[in-house]
Parts: sequence; C-alpha cells; structure tokens
Amino acid sequence: MAKRIDVSDLNVYYGGFKAVEGVSMTVEPRSVTAFIGPSGCGKSTFLRTLNRMHEVIPGGRVEGKVMLDDQDLYAASMDPVTVRRTVGMVFQRPNPFPTMSIYDNVAAGLRLNGVKNKKTLDGIVEQSLKGANLWTEVKDRLSKPGAGLSGGQQQRLCIARAIAVQPQVLLMDEPCSALDPISTLAIEDLINELKNDFTIVIVTHNMQQAARVSDRTAFFNLKATGEPGRLVEVDDTTRIFNNPTEQATEDYISGRFG
Amino acid sequence: MSTVTGVSAADQTPGPDGRRPLQADHASTGRVGDRLFGGAATVSGVFVIVLVTLIAIFLIVQAVPALMDNSANFFTSRVWAPGGEQPAFGILEFLWTTVTASAIAMLLSVPVGVAVALFLTQYAPTWMRRPAASLVDLLAAVPSIVYGLWGLIAFAPVFKPVQSFIEDKLGWFPLFAPTGISGGTICFIGVVLAIMVLPIVTALSREVFDQTPTAHKEGALALGATQWEMIRTSVLPFGRPGVISASMLALGRALGETIAVTFLVSALADGNPWSWSLFNGGETFASKIANNASEFSNPNKTGAYIAAGLVLFVLTFVVNSIARVVIERRKAFTE
Repeated sequence: MAKRIDVSDLNVYYGGFKAVEGVSMTVEPRSVTAFIGPSGCGKSTFLRTLNRMHEVIPGGRVEGKVMLDDQDLYAASMDPVTVRRTVGMVFQRPNPFPTMSIYDNVAAGLRLNGVKNKKTLDGIVEQSLKGANLWTEVKDRLSKPGAGLSGGQQQRLCIARAIAVQPQVLLMDEPCSALDPISTLAIEDLINELKNDFTIVIVTHNMQQAARVSDRTAFFNLKATGEPGRLVEVDDTTRIFNNPTEQATEDYISGRFG
Repeated sequence: MSTVTGVSAADQTPGPDGRRPLQADHASTGRVGDRLFGGAATVSGVFVIVLVTLIAIFLIVQAVPALMDNSANFFTSRVWAPGGEQPAFGILEFLWTTVTASAIAMLLSVPVGVAVALFLTQYAPTWMRRPAASLVDLLAAVPSIVYGLWGLIAFAPVFKPVQSFIEDKLGWFPLFAPTGISGGTICFIGVVLAIMVLPIVTALSREVFDQTPTAHKEGALALGATQWEMIRTSVLPFGRPGVISASMLALGRALGETIAVTFLVSALADGNPWSWSLFNGGETFASKIANNASEFSNPNKTGAYIAAGLVLFVLTFVVNSIARVVIERRKAFTE
C-alpha cells in the first residue's frame, strides 16, 4: 500500500518568486521522513508539491519531476484530484468539516469516491478511527459534530479522515504545533503505528519530535531572506542529529543558528 | 464554547468575595463614561422593542373594530367591499397572489443568486471578482420603481410570448391554465420580483462564501475532492446560514414590495371566477393598500386595509421565525 517518492531537481514558484530551488531526494516506502528547518525555508511549500496542493494557491507552479513509484505526478495526463486521493494530507491546524458529524467527517473522502454502501462505510469508519487511536473515545458519539472534540482529538479525526481513503502516502504539515504535549505524544505514537502501512512525510519545527518519530531527516535552509529555500542534506535521522555532513545542519540542530 | 454563542466559561464563574456568578457583562467599572454609554445602549435597545410593540398594537387596535363589523370571512372570502352599511372583505386573493408571486421570485432568484455568488467567489478569474462584486452591490441598491418601469416597458413584451408558449403547451395543468390576461400576471410579477431580489441574494451569499476558511477548502481538496465537490463539502455548508438569511431578506422584500408591483399588476374585476392559474391577475397586499390609499375616508374602511397590512406583518414575522429555527437547529454543527 505504500509507495516510494522520487523527487528530482524540483523548483517551486509563487508566481514569479522562486520559493524552493533544486530539491532532489527519495522517500522510502513504510518509513517516516521529517523535514526540519527555519521558518520560511520552504519545507511546507515543498511538502505541498508532493500532492499537488501547492497549485491550489494562485500563481503556484513547479518545475521538475516528482515520481510516485513509476507514476509522474506532474505528467500532463495526471489529474491532480487523483494525486490527492493517492497522497493524503494532514494540516497544521485541525480542520474537521465543521458542519459534519464525526462519522461524516471520516466518511467524507469515501463518499467523494462514490462509496455509498452503509455497511462498507461503517466498517471503514470504524477501522480508520481505530487506526487513528480515536475509536474508544468517540464510538458513542459518532453523530455529534466533529468540531466539538478537543484539539488533539480533532487532529486524530483528521488523520482518520485522511487514512480512510487508503492513500499510499501521508503528508503531515506540522501536525502537532497547535497541540498540547499529551496530545502531541498521542499523535507521535500514532505516527509510529501508521508507518507500518503508509509512507509518511512530516514537517516539524520541533527537532526532538523529528528525532523521536522519523527514520530519515531532511534539513532545509535558505541563504538569505528573499533567496529560495534549498535542501541542505537528507540522511538517516541518527546521523543528522549526531554527525551531520554539513556545517549548517550542525549549527541548526545544536541551536547555534543564525 | 466560543464567542459565536456569546457565552463563555467566565459567565459561570463566581465573582470575588463569593459573589454570585456574573449575570451579564460586568466589565463596566461604574465610571462616568461607562455609565453614560451603558445607559444610552440600554435606552436604544428598549426603544426598539417598544417601537415594534407599539406598531403591532396600533395595527391591532385599528383593525379590530373593522373586523368586528365584517360580514364576510376575513380569511376565506374573496370579496373586497369595506365601508358602507354592510362591510364585507376577505384577503384570500391578496394572500394567494402575494405568496405565489413571492414563491416564484424565491424559486428563481435563490438558485441563480447562489450560482452567481459561487461563480464570483470560486470560479471567476481574480481580476474580475472585485469589479463584478461591486456591480452586484450596485444593482442591489437600484430603487424598485426602476424595476417597475423596466418591467412594464422592456420586459413585458419579452415575457408575453413566453407566457403564450407555456399556456399553449402546458395549459392543461391548472397552474398554467390560460386566463386571457397578459401583462401583469402573477407569474410575470414573480419574475420581475425575482430579478429585483437577485442582487440581494447574490451580494449576501457572495459575502459568506468568500469567508469560507481556507483550512476547510484545503481539507476537502486534500481528500481528492474536485472543485465542485470541494464547494459541496466546505463552501456550501459554511455559507448555508448566510444563504438562508439572504433568502429571508429577499423574501421579505418580495412580500412587501409595493411600488414595482403596484405599477405592474392587473387588478381583477369583482366577481371574477377563482383560478389556480399563475397567469391570472390579482393584487398583492401591498399593491392593494397602495392603490387605495385615497379611500381611507372612514375608520372602518381604513381598518379593513390595516387588517390586511397586519396579515402581511404577521406573514413576514412567521417567515423570519422559520428561518431562525432552521439556522438554530444546526447551530451545534456550525462552530
């Protein structure tokens, strides 16, 4: 169910502004890859190119190649809607659909795919909520609004919603930055379980988090304000945090930055 | 749980020194400015309530004596002969005309208005959105007499063949039965009203659709929603209460619209046989009252018209209450 991502020579633009330059990297299936780096270095922007959410922003476009196994995500014949069904995403702030119940939130993606059978839906909703470690907390109030849950529960609801459509890859854009430490721990545990089934890419500002959850870490940086962000290096997480190749990485993770 | 309901946990927290929980906002300090402003706001609030109550009382007091003398059934009679020795008047015809014409107006304007608003917020190229929105706002401010004039001179000739066509093809259906009347038919009035309220529905719907949080829209897109599916799962549900409010405002305007309708209606002769046809003529409450303002010669006669006005007042009130209920019922799901 999980696939490999292969990025080669990717440039990302907002209109005329080049936000990210020349990224080439590989993300292994069934692993967690963390993107770290200072604010504005383009790690979220780059993440959003992996499921073509970047082009939702007016003026957003890319140059280069992103391969999902043998599929070119930016091929002319490739429908962005198909890409997003294959590559799911969880956002910084929990964003359950406010007008929908907990059940309907999880079922939303399936319904978009045309699944109507009540039994099938029930099964996948339960399985997804269990997969997101939320089932026991919400099983008695599935018809209640999703917005009534706590922040951490809402974020797990969003994860359940994303995995319900069985994506190949799960992108997470600072999924814990709006959560308290307990909820953060719950999400991190969940990420550890999810990597058995999915390829996971997570952007985080929290370096301990990157060290805790990821197998590989990519460090992004920009030379100066106004310059495009670049991938400085990507390697095994233990190596990045103990013995990085680049001086800039060393400076950043040891807090000697800037 | 948030400011949407205006209730916060602080309201239930007991005050210092074991005082009772705050009943209202106790942020005021008792300084002169606070007292002045608080007093002024309270007076204004009370004033509005008193005003509405007084209007209702006025209508009732004026209408009741006339209704007591009425020899016909006020709600089911189609006769309108107030005044004289044996006053007889009923509102059935006005009620039918007013409600059907407004219903036609809503049926046409709400879907089109929502569609235009969606186009302006979701589909239109960025350079076009602002000017187009201003244009719609401008249209919403056009005085209704202009719509009346336009309807009479420009639109009536266009509508006539349409009506003939429908009468010809669907005349067997009671709602479309030919009546020999062309020009100010109920259907025609409804269409003109629809065009008149369309900018209101569009402007207000556009406003709410535009405020749909990006997070909701991206949530839908990231699940693999097409643009239309994204609109259905995030924009429309978010805008729903706003669209309902917009429709109610438009309906209120359609129900009470006077000058354009007065301009266009074909009044029916007394003793005209009842017809379900939308191509029949007929007066609305507002046009009937406006057309006969010169007849307010004695209190009983005036009372009959005021009673008709009272029905319009209640009708609008009921419509608004229904809208409130619809919005409130889903409130838990809108935060």
